[in-house]
This record gives sequence, structure tokens and C-alpha cells, in this order.
Amino acid sequence: MDILTIFVSAIFVNNILLSQFLGNCPYLGCSREKGVAVGMGAAVIFVTVVATLFTWLMQHYVLDPLKLGYLQTIVFIVVIAALVQFVEMFLKKMVPPLYRSLGIYLPLITTNCAVMGVALLMQRKGYDLVTSLLYAAGYSSGFLLALLLMAGIRERLDTCRLPKTMAGTPIALVMAGLMSLAFMAFKGMAQ
Amino acid sequence: MVTYSILAMLGLGMAAAVLLAAASKVFAVKENPKIVAAMELLPGANCGGCGFAGCEGYATAVVTNPDVPANRCCASSSEAIVALAELVGKTVAEADPLVAMRRCDVYAGNVAQRYEYQGIPSCAAASLLRGGTNTCSHSCLGYGDCVRACPFDAMHIVGGLACVDIGSCTGCGTCVSACPRGVLELIPARARICVPCNSRDKAKVVTETCGTGCIKCGRCVRTCPAKALSVVDGRIEIDHKLCLSYGRDCREACVDACKRLILRRIDLLNQRVEPVPAAKPEQEKPEAPEAPAAVIQQAQEANKEQPHA
Repeated sequence: MDILTIFVSAIFVNNILLSQFLGNCPYLGCSREKGVAVGMGAAVIFVTVVATLFTWLMQHYVLDPLKLGYLQTIVFIVVIAALVQFVEMFLKKMVPPLYRSLGIYLPLITTNCAVMGVALLMQRKGYDLVTSLLYAAGYSSGFLLALLLMAGIRERLDTCRLPKTMAGTPIALVMAGLMSLAFMAFKGMAQ
Repeated sequence: MVTYSILAMLGLGMAAAVLLAAASKVFAVKENPKIVAAMELLPGANCGGCGFAGCEGYATAVVTNPDVPANRCCASSSEAIVALAELVGKTVAEADPLVAMRRCDVYAGNVAQRYEYQGIPSCAAASLLRGGTNTCSHSCLGYGDCVRACPFDAMHIVGGLACVDIGSCTGCGTCVSACPRGVLELIPARARICVPCNSRDKAKVVTETCGTGCIKCGRCVRTCPAKALSVVDGRIEIDHKLCLSYGRDCREACVDACKRLILRRIDLLNQRVEPVPAAKPEQEKPEAPEAPAAVIQQAQEANKEQPHA
């Protein structure tokens, strides 16, 4: 499978938020402003790729040889949580500018189901390391795209006259459903 | 198998714990403990009322910069300010708490609408269209830009007018900069008098548009024994320091002197005043005949500076 197909499949056809419905809490929580959405999306891309790398290595060099495949979920939770904490400390010391822009989002996605979901999905599909990392980058870019679109819509919604009962979260949920419907149109373009 | 899995998880947990513990030593960043302590004393609302970028910015500045006073946070309680001053080793003069005040009462003034506005419901947008919906170009539009700006939920639109909840208002001034009409201003919370009129228009224009608009007659300016009142740019300005230091002996003479309900006692700030219809221009005399020449001149100069609405 070439790189383009992987990215089209991961970003549009199997969008992690709008087709697989993973990671919906930051989707609604961090989509009020475009700046916040970009920060959150960038943090998710970063963490997903790093988490996929380490969970892939964990699966293939620890769990499989020890025949501990049934511990996959819980092991991945521990690995990802510890990894995110470690990365946060590392960035704070070594790359302060990156920490200042991503820092507040990192703890938020420690146990994000999109990050976890991508890591598990890669194992279930049985991809090799490079393909897994490409998919991880694609899926998390899809997350960023969906978050950014939602933030743009919600910024405009703020200036609209809405019925009181619909303002805020209710209209955001309706928008999320409509966007999901729109993304369903990509189905069949790639696996 | 159970023992095996438990051991495996235990091992993984231990490895992760050791890694994180080691990392926290290796990658420890020395943060000034005083900044962390100062952050805890600040309210964390990030309102920007202190003039710094959020509470962290002010905490850093107050600890590192000796010229930054410890009483800049208007949202903190006075005990928290004293605690912050002790922490950073600065003496603190008791800050006079401020509150926001609306300089307008379109309801009492019975101000007419120029047109029916159906655009974006924000004051900033509405004020761009022919000077706003109200016939008075300096009035409160009531679309609530201040309400949305207020980080403390102290502003509310009541009956089409922005009302300040004095109890919740911290005087941070966020609403003052959010208002596109300059209707809001900060006054000391102890102030006795407020001026609910923002109009800089000439007396003739004011009498035609608003029943309780200031016509710059100067009566209050002459009446005040503390000389705390003046007409600046067509608006009445109160020097609250002079007013408060004179004390209550005058029994708010300026309020009684004003025939048009422009000056009010502060406790009446949010009270409803029955609408007064805008008068015909001939019925009002802008300047009383016995006015001292200086006051009339001052008021007229102020009027000249203002273009027609």
C-alpha cells in the first residue's frame, strides 16, 4: 500500500473521530477556538506516533515472545500513560518552546481513546512498524483536521442567534453528527 | 497463568515507575518556588486586569521585578493581596477596590430606536451601523459584549441594559475595554455618586433624543462644595477622591441640583427609573441665567468639540 493511499484512508475514509468515533471528548472540549484546536491536534499527532512506536515494539518484543497477548490492553494503557508523562518531562527540560505550546494538552491526552485506539488497531491489523507509524500519523492528522473544521464552525456559531436550548453543547453535537454524515461520503474510496 | 500475568504487570509497573522517577530527577526544571507560591495565591481567572498576560505572567513579574507592586490583582481578596505582599517582601498600600459602572440609562431616558436591527447580536457589530440602534450615539446598546467579556459573571443584561452586579464585580476593567461605545467606566466601590449619562452631544441634540440625558447646564458643577465635578469633553466627570474626602456633609447636593436624574446616588445605580419622554428642544434651557461665565464657557467649549450625531 503506498503512502498516499494510507493517508487518504486514515484521514478521510476512516477518520478517527468522524468514522470510528474515538476521542470524542477533546473533539467537543477543545473545539471552541481554532488556536486551541491546532495545539490539541499537534499534541495528538505527536503522542500518537510516539505511542504507536513504543506499543508496537512492546507487542513484538515483549508480549509476543512471552505469550502475554491477553494483557495487551492493560499493558498499552500503562505504557502510553508512562510515556506521555516521560515525554512531558523531557520536553519541559530539553525543548521549552515546544513544551509551552503543547504542554497543557499533553496531560489531557494521557489516556485519550484515540491514541489508545490507534495503537490497538495497528496490532489488530498486523501492520509492520513503518506502515503502523504512517497510519498513526495519518489517523492523528485526521483528528487535527476534524478538530479544526469543528472549531471553525463553532467560532461562526458563536455569532449566530441560536435558541437558548440549542446554544453550546447541543448544537455542537448536532454539528458533529452532520460532519460525520459528510465524511461517510468518503466510504469506498480506500480501505 | 494468573501469577505470571500479575508478575508481568508488576514488572512493567515497576519499570515505568523507576523510569519516571529517574526522569523527574534527570529532567527536573528548577522553577522559582516563589512563583509557584504566588500562583497559588492568585485567583487563576486570567482576566488580565493586572496588565500582565494572565495570572502566571503577573506571578512571574511580581516575584522577579521589584518595581511591580503586589496589589495589582483586583480579583484577589485583600487577605490574599497581603499574603502575596508578604511572600514577595513588598509593602502594600490598601488598594481602593473599583467597580464597573454603566454611564447610561436609555430606559429612563426613553431613547427611541433608529431602526430595527437584525444583524449579529453584538454591540460591536450594531454600533457600526449608523452609530447604533439608539438615537443617542453614546448609549448602551444592550447586546451584551460586556457580559460575554466578563470573566466573573458580574455583568448581566437586564431589560436591555448592561447591569453590574456590584457584589461579583472585581473592577478588572475587562468590560470597559469590551464596550465599543465607552459606556462603562471604573469608579471606586466606595463612590457616592454616579453619572448614568455618556452623551457628548450638544444640549439640543440630547434633549431631543433622551429624557434623562445630560444637557451640560453646569448646575451640579456649581453646587458641589468639594469642586469634584467638571464637564470634560461634554460629559460630567467626578473626581471621586475629592468627593469622598469632602465627606457626607453636602448630602449629595449635586443629586438634588440635577433636574434630569443624571446624577444619582450610587445605591440607585441599577434601580429602575420610570421613563421620562424626550422633551421638545424649546422647553429646556441649556444654561441657567445665573451661571458663572467660566462654567458656561467650559460647557460650551466642550460642546463645540463634539460633532453632530
